[in-house]
Amino acid sequence: MGGILVYALHDGEGNFNKNSLGALSEATSLASDLGAEAAAVVVGNVSDDQAQSLGNYGVTKVYRASDVPEGLAQPIVDVMAKIIQDDGFSYALFGGGLLGFEIGAGLTARLDAGVTMEVTSVKVADGKLVSERPILGDSQIADVGYVSEPGIIIGRLNAFDVKESGGTAEVVDVNVELSEWSTRAEMITRGEQRGEDVDIEAADVLIGGGRGLGSAEGFDACEELAGAFPNGAVAATRAVVDAGWYPYAAQIGQTGKTVAPKLYLAVGVSGAIQHKVGMQNSEAIIAINKDANAPIFEFSDLGVVGDLNKIMPKLTEALKARKG
Amino acid sequence: MKICVLVKEVPDAAVQKRIDPQTMRLDRSGENNLNPFDTHAIEAAVRFKEGDELPVDEVVAVTMGPDSAQRALQKAVALGADRSVHLCDDALLGSDVCATGKALAKVLESENPDLVLLGQQSDDGECYTIGAVVAEHLKMPSLTQVVGIEVEGDKLKCERQAEYGYDTVALTMPAVISVGDAINEPRYPSLKAIMGAKKKPLDTKAIGDVGIDAAEVGDTGSKTTVIALNEPPAKEAGEIIEDEDTAETVEKIVAWLDERKLI
Ligand SMILES: Cc1cc2nc3c(=O)[nH]c(=O)nc-3n(C[C@H](O)[C@H](O)[C@H](O)COP(=O)(O)OP(=O)(O)OC[C@H]3O[C@@H](n4cnc5c(N)ncnc54)[C@H](O)[C@@H]3O)c2cc1C
Ligand SMILES: Cc1cc2nc3c(=O)[nH]c(=O)nc-3n(C[C@H](O)[C@H](O)[C@H](O)COP(=O)(O)OP(=O)(O)OC[C@H]3O[C@@H](n4cnc5c(N)ncnc54)[C@H](O)[C@@H]3O)c2cc1C
Repeated sequence: MGGILVYALHDGEGNFNKNSLGALSEATSLASDLGAEAAAVVVGNVSDDQAQSLGNYGVTKVYRASDVPEGLAQPIVDVMAKIIQDDGFSYALFGGGLLGFEIGAGLTARLDAGVTMEVTSVKVADGKLVSERPILGDSQIADVGYVSEPGIIIGRLNAFDVKESGGTAEVVDVNVELSEWSTRAEMITRGEQRGEDVDIEAADVLIGGGRGLGSAEGFDACEELAGAFPNGAVAATRAVVDAGWYPYAAQIGQTGKTVAPKLYLAVGVSGAIQHKVGMQNSEAIIAINKDANAPIFEFSDLGVVGDLNKIMPKLTEALKARKG
Repeated sequence: MKICVLVKEVPDAAVQKRIDPQTMRLDRSGENNLNPFDTHAIEAAVRFKEGDELPVDEVVAVTMGPDSAQRALQKAVALGADRSVHLCDDALLGSDVCATGKALAKVLESENPDLVLLGQQSDDGECYTIGAVVAEHLKMPSLTQVVGIEVEGDKLKCERQAEYGYDTVALTMPAVISVGDAINEPRYPSLKAIMGAKKKPLDTKAIGDVGIDAAEVGDTGSKTTVIALNEPPAKEAGEIIEDEDTAETVEKIVAWLDERKLI
């Protein structure tokens, strides 16, 4: 039985992503059940100390490809494919996010491997890993196994808890020749912050605005509604951030923030899984949406089927009147 | 140059999607439609053809799917594709991402495109991995979830959001790009385009026509296997208010908030 190789994503300066650290912890515990080892792979600018520190999440070995840039999938596919083949890993595991999807997909093609994604939990059955993969808007959970090795597992955002075990890891530097096509993508800028640096994490109440608002101006009404609550702020979906209607710092979800306010009031938000994963632990969820079949109603405590343009202003007015 | 757009037929948004417990596959017997996310990829391709930044001769819609998937291709053509290719073969049934990626790459190879565009995700499988799988087989650079593309010579400067914010990445063509739904506002097809779509060339291919080995696709070629389907933990259903009288609706919302001491 080969081990589990985990990709540890970082910001370019060796500050690791929380979802990757969770994946390391998960791999460590799964590997011990399998009687195998878990290892990490890092690329780019990662110091000895930073690489060794991954041992704190249970892995004993960290492969480091310093010459390979962080942030683009295909060069990392080259690195991971080589390590998996040379050292006989049975699985590759990724924490939730975006790059792990691209790298995992690339490995699927390169190594002729099975892949599961949006995985919320992994279990061991007969000495093999089985992924729990929610499907069809989380209405069912499929247990998916692999018919060959390696198996590629891509986690859902926040699926794996970070567990610190206090160890330190051995760092092994690797040199990998990149495929020709992996060198035909060039990072020009990475991690640009678009829009104001708003703080949404301290708010008790978040008004989550989506494409149903119709335009950037629609967010004025959200801000008014947020102002009618004690300690309210405004959050957004990727669709509206991509459209430039609201700052990236306010985005909730798979490639944004994870929040758990006392109240999340979603207006004109469909409730895509990639948004849900960032706000489903809110204490109370209210949704206003004109489509009675919108997925958001499946996980709202109070669902209001109607036109936000009619309801929001009146709600703001009523709350302001109460506040006096 | 040639742009191929990958499009998929998926159950219509109004259909309650379910897995057939016999086959462990998605029940596709209800109303189907073109994957809504793919309309953005078609629109992006058609805008390149209409514009003068890229010398696009042809936009070709490509799908793999059952007989009915022809209708998705016709929609793609109504939205501006010049012709379409349908990979249709019983041997493909039950293909997972690994097998689907291989099969699609083979059809694409037979078209030899300079650019391949896809949607951000399919509305049924929601695997959002096909783009990167196909790119690797075609030995092309790729990027997913792209919301802006600028042409700079033989390079495409692409913008997309990743874990730390927005990345700008230059890809040298030929390349594979999956586009996010914020990249454009797809047009509605004109009646003339809808009527004309059936007359545009539609090439149906079996696996042998594009050199796909039956053992590499379908159930036999798939590397994942669904062992069981389980229900998620039961969750208390939320309360629903239909907004008929808005004053009353607002009163109810306020009372609900009040009860939970949220105001
Ligand atoms: C890899 C990946 C990562 C992603 N990461 C994220 C992420 O981090 N965060 C995120 O949010 N998304 C993310 N997405 C995108 C996600 O899949 C959805 O596309 C997005 O969340 C949809 O945003 P929305 O709800 O604003 O828009 P839509 O899905 O278009 O929904 C708009 C809703 O508004 C309703 N509406 C319209 N008009 C009105 C009205 N007048 N009154 C009331 N309701 C109205 C409609 O019924 C609809 O339900 C990601 C996707 C992928 C593939
Ligand atoms: C509910 C469900 C869950 C599944 N889970 C898994 C899983 O965990 N692992 C696994 O290996 N397989 C899985 N599959 C099978 C997988 O969905 C199919 O192999 C599918 O053809 C490719 O994935 P996708 O449609 O989700 O692609 P995505 O990667 O989400 O699609 C992105 C884009 O690729 C293009 N595209 C996708 N399929 C086609 C096609 N057939 N023809 C042309 N263009 C296409 C479209 O442009 C689409 O917008 C699942 C299927 C279902 C129905």
